[in-house]
Amino acid sequence: MTAQAPAAAAAKTTPVISVRGIDMVFLKKQPGVVDKTAKRLGIARPEPVGVHALDGVDLDVFKGEVVGLVGESGCGKSTLGRVIAGILAPTAGTLRFHGREFDEMSPQERYRAKVAVQMIFQDPFASLNPRKRVAEIIGEAPLVHGLVPRNELSGYVDEIMLKCGIDPAYKQRFPHQFSGGQRQRIGIARALAVKPQFLVCDESVAALDVSIQAQVINLFMDLRRDFDLTYLFISHDLGVVEHIADRVVIMYLGRVVETAPTAELFANPRHPYTQALLANMPRISTEKQTFGQIKGEIPSPLHPPAGCHFHPRCPFAFDRCAAERPRLITKSAGISAACHLLEESSR
Amino acid sequence: MTEAKEPTLVVEGLKTHFFTEAGVVKSVDGVDLSVDRGEILGLVGESGSGKSVTGFSILGLIDQPGRIVGGSVRLNGEELTTASPKRLRSLRGDRIAMIFQDPMMTLNPVLKIETQMVETILAHRKVSHAEARATARDALGRVGIPSPEERLDSYPHQFSGGMRQRVAIAIALLHGPDLIIADEPTTALDVTIQAQILSEVQALCRETGTALIWITHDLAIISGLADRVAVMYAGRIVETGSIAEVVANPRHPYTHGLIGSVPSRNRRGTRLTQIPGMTPSFLALPPGCAFAPRCPRATEQCTAMPELAPCPSASHLARCFHPMPEGAAS
Ligand SMILES: Nc1ncnc2c1ncn2[C@@H]1O[C@H](COP(=O)(O)OP(=O)(O)OP(=O)(O)O)[C@@H](O)[C@H]1O
Ligand SMILES: Nc1ncnc2c1ncn2[C@@H]1O[C@H](COP(=O)(O)OP(=O)(O)OP(=O)(O)O)[C@@H](O)[C@H]1O
Ligand code: SF4
Ligand code: SF4
Ligand SMILES: [Mg+2]
Ligand SMILES: [Mg+2]
Repeated sequence: MTAQAPAAAAAKTTPVISVRGIDMVFLKKQPGVVDKTAKRLGIARPEPVGVHALDGVDLDVFKGEVVGLVGESGCGKSTLGRVIAGILAPTAGTLRFHGREFDEMSPQERYRAKVAVQMIFQDPFASLNPRKRVAEIIGEAPLVHGLVPRNELSGYVDEIMLKCGIDPAYKQRFPHQFSGGQRQRIGIARALAVKPQFLVCDESVAALDVSIQAQVINLFMDLRRDFDLTYLFISHDLGVVEHIADRVVIMYLGRVVETAPTAELFANPRHPYTQALLANMPRISTEKQTFGQIKGEIPSPLHPPAGCHFHPRCPFAFDRCAAERPRLITKSAGISAACHLLEESSR
Repeated sequence: MTEAKEPTLVVEGLKTHFFTEAGVVKSVDGVDLSVDRGEILGLVGESGSGKSVTGFSILGLIDQPGRIVGGSVRLNGEELTTASPKRLRSLRGDRIAMIFQDPMMTLNPVLKIETQMVETILAHRKVSHAEARATARDALGRVGIPSPEERLDSYPHQFSGGMRQRVAIAIALLHGPDLIIADEPTTALDVTIQAQILSEVQALCRETGTALIWITHDLAIISGLADRVAVMYAGRIVETGSIAEVVANPRHPYTHGLIGSVPSRNRRGTRLTQIPGMTPSFLALPPGCAFAPRCPRATEQCTAMPELAPCPSASHLARCFHPMPEGAAS
């Protein structure tokens, strides 16, 4: 039922990261300003019980792979990233690191696993302490984790900065003295400094200008080679994912709807939602593009539609779709999708 | 009156400078643009290149410490840089409209959609309240809002981001303006919602003959949406032409680098073409061509300022002493 990379499946390798049946329910929040205003005006909506941000997610990531995680706003990408990075405990489900279940690990083992999986956040500015100098931002964690002795720290920080394309001459500067692209590099350097095996990159190039974005994507690819890294690369930008990922996972409203090797997914999308995404992805070309073949809004995750979450917008929906949740079924090695049509056709 | 009619909007040599304590920021420093009836012009450039300031200048919305210090903006032949604030106010929302990245720049959070739309209509037209309400309802329907009659009585927060942007677009279209300036209106939206809005805007311009300037940093959107493109760098247009001309045959080294760095243009897994260095600060621009410090083709000559010159046809212009050879697109 879970997609595996064909090569890895053949070699029967243990995934670096493996999650099964992950559920994440956020109970209703403190009302925000808008809700309060709305309530005062007497137009508040019925109070939801909670947001089912992740709904039975399974995912394996194998050593050396770049897995692209794609989906529209609020579908649960960051939540899954945070669960995998060990920052957020899921409501249900299991998380394994090299085959070992997190909950069964000794405290030291768990500590090592947490250091080995690092997350790089979307907003490089908000995630960097504005009052610390770059040398401290990058050097703090390796020192705390005892990865580098204090007398070697300065040289180590220089080395990491060079690797990430930041001039070590700037190490005494503060984050605000850098451009957006440079700050993103500082965030990457900070994550790399603890010698991780696995990086969760959450929209790490989204805020950057195209020419700077290209520099950072190249950097990610160089680092993968030099440090033998494995990535979960979260992005809403299909072009970026098509370029960098080996395998792509598509999510819609808390569920994985399709996963396939990148070239296969772009050449031969199986799920109607994936087809809609690809058709509407802006591409550079000399001809005009026909946009907007898919109608309707993205439903609120507070009230997801019954059955297949995509059914109100799906051009192929039939009666079964509103009634029954489609299972993620494997079509062939490494390719799976959750749609009743595919099930019917394989009968 | 025998001459061919001028395009709907003509901008010539527009200069908008900000007089800050740190120095004079020449955000827009000699911009030439034109856009005609039913035409979509894409204005593309990276953050800080002066796209929004260009848009605000056209609408006469530049505040202290900024000022239009030169050039001409003509709408249907009428000069706007010297027009009175009263005249500009009556043109805005009627003949020219703007759509912003954040629809809440247009919408008031504490007023019903109906109130906001009816007020806008009554500000420019002498019609009854009932007529105004009917116009508002039709406008919502046109941008794809389901059950527009009921939705009129909603507040902005009861809509999703995409719906709010549609309402803002409906307001911009209320009086069938001659020109709409859209500043990154779909940047914050999801792929499928963005596509719906792009398709609606495309259809509306075709039907109503509105001229549209679509500002974005995303060359891919422009290539799929617009008829012509103008590429902006450090306050100036560095290349302009039809989409086919510029995308297939970029002549300015910056445009060439920009197209090369878009991931989907590249072979999977290969290194992306990257433009070295950073976007320059307006307070420390090099003399002459602003792209020179990042340009692989720069020579001594580039310390002077190149003109926007035909390259090779009169419709395809580039501001460069050593343009890329023809057919250099990757
Ligand atoms: N701490 C939280 N408390 C309550 N709800 C949350 C919390 N974090 C996320 N959510 C909700 O869970 C859902 C999934 O959010 P998540 O941030 O994972 O989406 P995403 O796919 O990363 O979206 P985006 O592309 O906008 O970053 C959303 O509806 C969000 O509002
Ligand atoms: N009120 C102001 N005072 C001083 N400088 C300003 C002011 N408004 C804009 N600028 C400067 O003008 C330059 C161009 O800004 P503009 O907002 O037009 O960029 P942009 O191309 O729209 O960028 P983005 O893609 O980030 O929106 C920037 O360097 C900006 O800092
Ligand atoms: S299960 Fe039904 S509604 Fe869902 S994607 Fe497949 S056909 Fe469409
Ligand atoms: S004028 Fe010179 S520096 Fe400027 S883009 Fe052309 S070749 Fe490069
Ligand atoms: Mg997110
Ligand atoms: Mg702007």
